[in-house]
Amino acid sequence: MSASAQSQAVAIGPELRRFARFLLHELKPKRPIITPFNVISSAVMLLGAVLLFIRFTRGLGAITNLSQDYPWGLWIGFDVITGVAFAGGAYVITFMVYVLGQHKFEPIVRVTVLNGLLAYMFYAGALLLDLGRPWNVINPIIGNSFGVSSVLFLVAWHFMLYMTAEFVEFSPTVAEWLGWRRVRAMLKSLTVGAVVFGITLSLLHQSGLGALYLMARDKIHPLWYSEFIPIVFFVSSIFAGLSMVIFEGSITHKVFHHRVGRKLHASHEGIVVTLGRICGMTMFVYLFLQLLIFTHGRRWEYLGTGWGAWYLLENVGLVALPAMLFIRGYRNGSVGLIRGAAALTLVGILFNRLNVSVIAFKWYAAVRYVPSWMEIVVSLSVIAAELWVFRWIINRMPVLGPSLELVHDEAALERRPTARIA
Amino acid sequence: MKRRDLLKTMGAAVGASLGAESLLAQETTTPTSESVGVLVDTTRCIGCGTCEMVCAETHRDAGLALPDDVDLSVERTTSDSQWTVLNRYETDKGAVFRKTQCMHCLQPACSTACLTRAMHKTPAGPVSWDGDKCMGCRFCMLSCPFDVPKFEYDSPVPRIQKCTMCWERVAEGGTPACVENCPADALTFGPRSQLLEEARHRVYTDPDNYVHHVYGEYEAGGTGYLYLAGVPFEQLGMRGDVGTASFPALTREFLYGVPVVLTLVPPFLVALNRAFKGDSHAEGDSRKEAEQ
Repeated sequence: MSASAQSQAVAIGPELRRFARFLLHELKPKRPIITPFNVISSAVMLLGAVLLFIRFTRGLGAITNLSQDYPWGLWIGFDVITGVAFAGGAYVITFMVYVLGQHKFEPIVRVTVLNGLLAYMFYAGALLLDLGRPWNVINPIIGNSFGVSSVLFLVAWHFMLYMTAEFVEFSPTVAEWLGWRRVRAMLKSLTVGAVVFGITLSLLHQSGLGALYLMARDKIHPLWYSEFIPIVFFVSSIFAGLSMVIFEGSITHKVFHHRVGRKLHASHEGIVVTLGRICGMTMFVYLFLQLLIFTHGRRWEYLGTGWGAWYLLENVGLVALPAMLFIRGYRNGSVGLIRGAAALTLVGILFNRLNVSVIAFKWYAAVRYVPSWMEIVVSLSVIAAELWVFRWIINRMPVLGPSLELVHDEAALERRPTARIA
Repeated sequence: MKRRDLLKTMGAAVGASLGAESLLAQETTTPTSESVGVLVDTTRCIGCGTCEMVCAETHRDAGLALPDDVDLSVERTTSDSQWTVLNRYETDKGAVFRKTQCMHCLQPACSTACLTRAMHKTPAGPVSWDGDKCMGCRFCMLSCPFDVPKFEYDSPVPRIQKCTMCWERVAEGGTPACVENCPADALTFGPRSQLLEEARHRVYTDPDNYVHHVYGEYEAGGTGYLYLAGVPFEQLGMRGDVGTASFPALTREFLYGVPVVLTLVPPFLVALNRAFKGDSHAEGDSRKEAEQ
C-alpha cells in the first residue's frame, strides 16, 4: 500500500466523525417541539403503533373489519388506491418541466417530487401492513415466482421502480444539502432519464390500479365498472395529482414560509393559476370519457336509483363543478377560487376511488364493510408519519428554494462539514 | 439527452417488458384430455353431508373443522375452516341439495391474479395454493367470480383456504375424499372430457329429469367441477350471469398494452424532450443560474 493511500485512509476518520456530527446536528428538531400538531400526531402514531402490534400478533381480523366478502378495505382503497392518485402530480410536473421544457414550473418541481416520493413510500408502503404474509413479499421480486399474468405483479414492480426513479430525481437536492458537488453533478445528469422512465411507469401503474378491479366485473356496481377503468384512473390521476400540488402548495407556503425561496415566492400564484387551467381542461376530457362510458354501457336505468344519485354527486358535484370553478378561477386570476376547486376535486377523487374499491364494491351484499376506528387510526398514523418526514426534509434540504449558500456564497458550501466526504 | 442515454432508456424499457412473454402461454392453456374434474349430479344427492364431514377429516392438518351447530335454513358459504358445504334449496321440484366448493376453473381468475404463483393450476387440473409463496394480498379473493378463496383473518400466519380437489391423493392415483365417500354416487371423479360425455349420456337417456345444460362446461371459460340438475341452476343458488368468457380475458388487453407502452412511450418522451430543448434557454431560470 502506498504512503498516499495510507494518509488518505487516516484522513477519512475525522471526516466521517464530522459527517456523523453533522447528521446528528441535523436530526435535532429545528422548530418548537410542543405544538398542537406534534402532540396530536404523536398520540395518533403511538396509538397506531400499538394497533399494528396487535395486528401483527393476532391477525388482520383483530383490528380490521375486513371479511371474506371484503378482502380489501380502507388500507387499500384509501391509502394505496387514493394515495397514489393524489401522488400523480410528480409525473405531470416533471413531464411539463423536463420533457416539454416548461421551466415556469421549475420552482415547484422539487417539492412535488418529494411529495410524490414520500407518498409512494408511505401510502404504497402501507400495502405491507395489509399483507397477511408480508415475509413473502420478496417472492415476486427475487424471481422464484413471477406471476407475470397478474396486474398486481405489474403494479408492485412499478411501485418499486418508480420509487427508485423519484429518488434519483430528488437526489441532487440531498447532495446539495450534504454539499457534495461532484456527486450532485453526476446525479443531476440522471434526471431526464429518470423522468422519462418515471412518466412511463406512472402511466402504467396509475391505470394498473384500476386494472386491478377488472376481474371483479360482477362485484362492482355497473355505474363504476367498465372495461375502461384503467383509462379512467389514468386520466383522473392527472388532475388529482395537480389538485394535490395546488392544495399542498397553499398549506406548505403558510407553514414553511421561512423556507420558501424568492423565486418560488414570486412565481407561486402564477403557477397555481396555470395549474388550475390544466386541471379544468383535463377534467372536461375526463367528463367526456365518463359520458361515453355511461352511454356506451346503456346505464340510464341506474340513474333513478340511490346509486344513480351518488354517481351524479361524484361526477357533477365533484368533477363538473370544480372543473368550471377552475376555468373561472383561471379567467379571473383568482387563486382562492382555484384552491377551492382543488379541494373539491380531491374530495371527488376520494369518492371515485372509494366507490370502486369499497363503497360500490359488493353493493348487493347483505353485510356491508365499514372500516373500524382502528383501521382509520392506522391510516391517520401513516399520514402523520409522512408529514413528519416531509417536515424534517423541508426544514433542512433546499426543497422550496435554492440553498442560500448556493446563491450567495460558494465558499460556504465548501465549509459544510460533509462537503469533503465525496 | 445524449444518444447513449436514449439507448440506455430504451434498453431498460425492453428489459422491463421481457417478463410479459409468458403471458400468452399461461392464459391460453387449454385443458388436456387428462385434466381431471368432478361431476356433481344434484338429482342423485340425498343431502347426507358426508362430503362435508370427510373433507374436514381428511384436511384436519390444513386447519379444517366442522362447525358445532349448523342452521340448514340459511344458505351457507365455504369458510376458512370448511372447504365444501352442502346447502338445501326449495325448488320447483321440491328440496334439492347442492354441494359447493372451488370450481377449479380451467382458466382461473385466482391464479391469474396471483403475483407470486402461490395460487396455481396444476397440470392435472386441481387449483392449489402454496403457502411458501403466498404473501397474503387477497387479490385472488377479489378476483374469483365464485368468491371461493377464504382468508384466516384471525391468525398472525394466515392461510388462504379453499378446496384443492385433494390433489395429493389425485397425484397418487386416488380420488378426492368427498367423491370416494359419497354414498349416493352423486359425485364422479375422472378426466373432464369423460365426465362431459357421462353428463350428456345421463341427460339424453333421462331427458325429462334433467335440465339440458351442464353447468361448468362453458361457464367462466369452463370449470373442473361440472353440475347436473333437474331444475334451473339459478334455483340452486348458482350464478347464471357468470358468462362463458374466461375471467383472465378481462385483464388480457390491459396487460398486452404494457410492453407496447414500455417500449414506445420512452422514445416518444425523449423525442419530445429534444424537440422542446430550444425553449429552455428562452426563459430565465434562476435555479440553473444559481447552480452554476
